[in-house]
Parts: sequence; structure tokens; C-alpha cells
Amino acid sequence: MDWYPLFNSLRIAAISTVIIFFLGIFAAWYVGKLPRLVKGILDVVLTLPLVLPPTVVGYFLLRLLGPRRVLGMWFMEVFGLRLTMVWYAAVFASAVVAFPLMYRTARGAFEAFDKDLAHAARTLGRSNAWTFWRVTLPCCKQGILAGTVLAFARALGEYGATAMIAGYTPGRTATISTTVYQLWRTGDDAGAMTWVLVNLAISAVVLLSINMLEKKGPSRARPASREVT
Amino acid sequence: MALRVDIRKRLGSFSLDVAFTARDGEVTGLLGASGCGKSLTLKCVAGIERPDEGRIELDGRVLFDSAAHIDLPPQKRQVGYLFQSYALFPNMTVEQNIAAGVRDRSARAQTTARLIRALWLEGHEKKYPRQLSGGQQQRAALARILANAPRALLLDEPFSALDSYLKWQVELELMDLLDQFPGPVAFVTHSRDEVRRLCQQVCVLDQGRSQPMQPVEELFEAPRTLSACLLSGCKNISRARPLPGGRVEALDWGVELEVSVPLPERLSHVGIRAHFLRPVDGPGPNRLPCTVERVVDEMFSTVVMMTTPGGCQGFSRLRMELDKAAWAALDDPKELWVELPSDELMFLTGS
Repeated sequence: MDWYPLFNSLRIAAISTVIIFFLGIFAAWYVGKLPRLVKGILDVVLTLPLVLPPTVVGYFLLRLLGPRRVLGMWFMEVFGLRLTMVWYAAVFASAVVAFPLMYRTARGAFEAFDKDLAHAARTLGRSNAWTFWRVTLPCCKQGILAGTVLAFARALGEYGATAMIAGYTPGRTATISTTVYQLWRTGDDAGAMTWVLVNLAISAVVLLSINMLEKKGPSRARPASREVT
Repeated sequence: MALRVDIRKRLGSFSLDVAFTARDGEVTGLLGASGCGKSLTLKCVAGIERPDEGRIELDGRVLFDSAAHIDLPPQKRQVGYLFQSYALFPNMTVEQNIAAGVRDRSARAQTTARLIRALWLEGHEKKYPRQLSGGQQQRAALARILANAPRALLLDEPFSALDSYLKWQVELELMDLLDQFPGPVAFVTHSRDEVRRLCQQVCVLDQGRSQPMQPVEELFEAPRTLSACLLSGCKNISRARPLPGGRVEALDWGVELEVSVPLPERLSHVGIRAHFLRPVDGPGPNRLPCTVERVVDEMFSTVVMMTTPGGCQGFSRLRMELDKAAWAALDDPKELWVELPSDELMFLTGS
């Protein structure tokens, strides 16, 4: 059996998760501090890929990166790289579609974060960077990890936009989800079933790890008390 | 040397206008009901919130001056802020929390160890904040602040997160510590009892506006404004207007009062503490007939709630606190005459 789709899917999901991780945290942090109106608008724009059909996202990506579009032509000229119908084209699709999951979860975590902790660090003379890396981020760890895992799962399962921008070429752009569709379409029910089971196993692991993260719960200081010594 | 604050800030429909001076070695209370801007004031001093205009000065160093466009970041203000919920970093141990407050890297281990001893935190170094009791959390937060060698301390309702039976102990500990602190201390609270026990000076805040500072004894013995009087715990207050001949009419109680002190210029209310009311046997100056509404037995005294001839809206009731024996001797009357001794009357201006 050819395991290329598994390898390709994991590779695409991993790369897009890394991208989403940093972009999502940055966007969540930055948007949370903006004035209400701008925040509302940006929030809609950044969450849109979550509710749009993936084919619509794929359409936009093709309009942007296609070989006869400005960005696509520029990349071809300067780097000699195609941005569509290659395996890494699926990274764009997965990253865009899974980004809102990271962004929203991280933003929720930042919003629930007790701002007084950051204020305390700053009155103690600690730099804003120290405060962010040593206090804010560790306190929001659970939410950010959950967002990362969700984004990874979504990126792994991406089908619609991927099919449009990367297509299905066995051994080159095939991912688990596109392979399942292709095998089923060509009547290879057993082959499709294998990939369905692989996908089920990965999804189960992902969901289990989220559950475990949630059970640990956010670590927060509780001022209430029982005894004094 | 002192902390001088004179700031104004608008937040929606709320406006803050606060001026006070906290002197070295003194605890200055900012007393007010919740939502009056006490915490906001401290946050402005610490540099967490930015006032619209005004000036904040510590030891002659300008922390904020809207006219001169000076606005030091919190990192440079050298002000220790004890947050209401202590704001210990939950991801760090007690030791790491305290070390986070030490600016001088070379002295970090030494300073941390010294403060752990000084604040009775030995044995808790490796614990996380959530594993500590409320009192221990407060001490850890104080240790962290002191590690930072602040020039002034800001305490935001330091006892509100504690169970009431712990408060006493923690309060005593804090008192010891504040005695040793050389710089100015600003102490925010809604509790007049805490002000009385911990502070030397007090500044009453009423709906975002500060009133002139006064020594704590004065707030309790001779409050000058209605809000100060209410905050000092006075239960009997009536609207009042001056009458010719140096007398005062208490409108809600329906009685004319003789006055033994000069009246304030904009007299609006008159008050008297419950334990100064005296049951008497008949009419006379400063006396009024009352109807007993309810009698409440407290631990050491009897509280008698009475309605006055002034009617029964708002402040018109009177509350009298008597020795248990003194009330028992009266044989549970339904109607009685009460005297408001003129020496004990407090004449107040609005707000």
C-alpha cells in the first residue's frame, strides 16, 4: 500500500499548524487590544474562513495564487515556483481554513486572562516582552494548546480548498481526504475504507488529547483560603 | 517626601477628580463606597491607567504631568501595588514570584531568601500560589513587592479576598509591616473600621470626587460632609436648614434643635450617632416624641428603631443604642421622648 497520502497530509497539517500557531497568537493578542469598532471588523474578517464553504476559500486562493494571477506570476518569475497544483499549495488552503480556530481559541484565552497579572509584572519593573512570554502566555497555555490541536485537526481534514488549489495527483498532491474521495469515486471501496480508518484513528487521538487538556483546566490563582499559619 | 496626586479622568459617564497627598511613614486611607474610583486612582498612580490631566509626583520625581507631557511607564515608577486578588503569577512558585520582583540580578537569590524569612514564608518556597492560604498569598505578594524596593506602597482592598475570621490576624501582620515601611502608603478600602485601625490620614471619595484630607480621628469625631458622615458609620441623618437665631430645623425628624457650635456655611444635613441618643421623661429643648418601631437585641446593647414626628420617608427613622439594663428599666414603652444632646450633633454640608 502506498502511504504517501498519510505522509503528505501530516506534512501539510504540520507546516500549516506552525504558521497558524504564530499568526493566530499574534492576531489574537493584537486584535484584543484594538478599539472596539476595528476589533469587530477584523474579528469578522479573520473568522470568515471558518464559516465560508471551503470551495469559496479555494476560489479566492486560486484568484490570488493562480498561474495567471499577479502573485502567482510574480512567484513564477522570481523564484520559478508554481503556487498551485503542487503539494505545498495545500498548505495555503489548510492554513487559511484552520486559522480561525487558533485565532478564536487564543483570543478567548487572552480575554479570560487576568490583566492584573500583567499589570503586576509591569509595576515590578518587568518589560512588556518578559510579561508576555513569562506570564501571559504560560497562563493562557491551555487555551493556546487546545487551539493548536484543533487547528491541526482541521488542517489534516481539509478537503474542499485543497482539492481546488492542489488537486489530486497520486504520489504528489494526494492527501488522505482527497484520496478517500478519489478511491470511492473509482469504486475501490476497500481502499477508501483503509484511509477512512486511518483518518478516524488520527481524529480520535486529537480529540482525546483536547479532552485531556481541558480536564487539567486553566491554572489560576485563587485568593480564597482555608487556614493561616 | 511624599506622594502627591492631583488627577482627573473621564470614563464614559463616570468622572474622577482626586487630589491627595500621602506623606512618608504614614498610611493614607482612600475611603469610599464601591465604584467611587478608588482602585482607578491607584491604577493611575501605578501607571496602569492614564489620567486625562493632572500631576502625580513621588519624592519630588514627576511620574505623570499632562501639561509637561510626562507619563512614566509602570516599570519606572517604583511603586509597589498590592492587587485586590494579589496577582501572584499562577505559573510560578512562591520563590519564583518573589524573584520576579528583584531588579538586581546579582542579588536575586539573596534578596529572595531574605524576604521569604521576613514574611514567614519558609517551607512554602516551592509551592504554587493556589496551594497557599489567603494570608500566605498576601504575604507572598507583599514579599514580591518589597523585593522590588518600591518608594511607595499602594494597597487595593488588601483584606477583601480573605475570610472574615482570618482578617484580624492578617491585619495585625500588615500593620507591623507598614510600621516599618519608610515611604508613603496609600490604602484603598470601603471599610471605615480598617481605616480607623490602619490609617493616620484619610481622604473620602464620593462618586469619583475626593474631599479634603483629614486626620482619621477627625473623620470619626467630626465628619464635615454627608458622605464622610455616612462612611464613618453614622446611622442617624436628617436633612436640615438653619433657622434665625442660630437654631436648626431637622426636616426629616420634625424637630428644632439648639446648637452649641458654629454652623457650616452650606448646611444641608444634621447627624447624630446612635449611642448618643438619650431617652428622657418629657418635652424640653432638643427633645422629640418618638414611636418605637422595633427593638433589636444585640450582643452588648439594645438597638431601638423609632419613627419621628418628621414622617416616615427616607431618613426619618432614628436609631438609638442603649445599655441592655438601661432599656430594660424603661419597661418596653411604645412611645417615648428622646433627647438629641446638642454637643453631639454633627452639622454637615452636602457631599
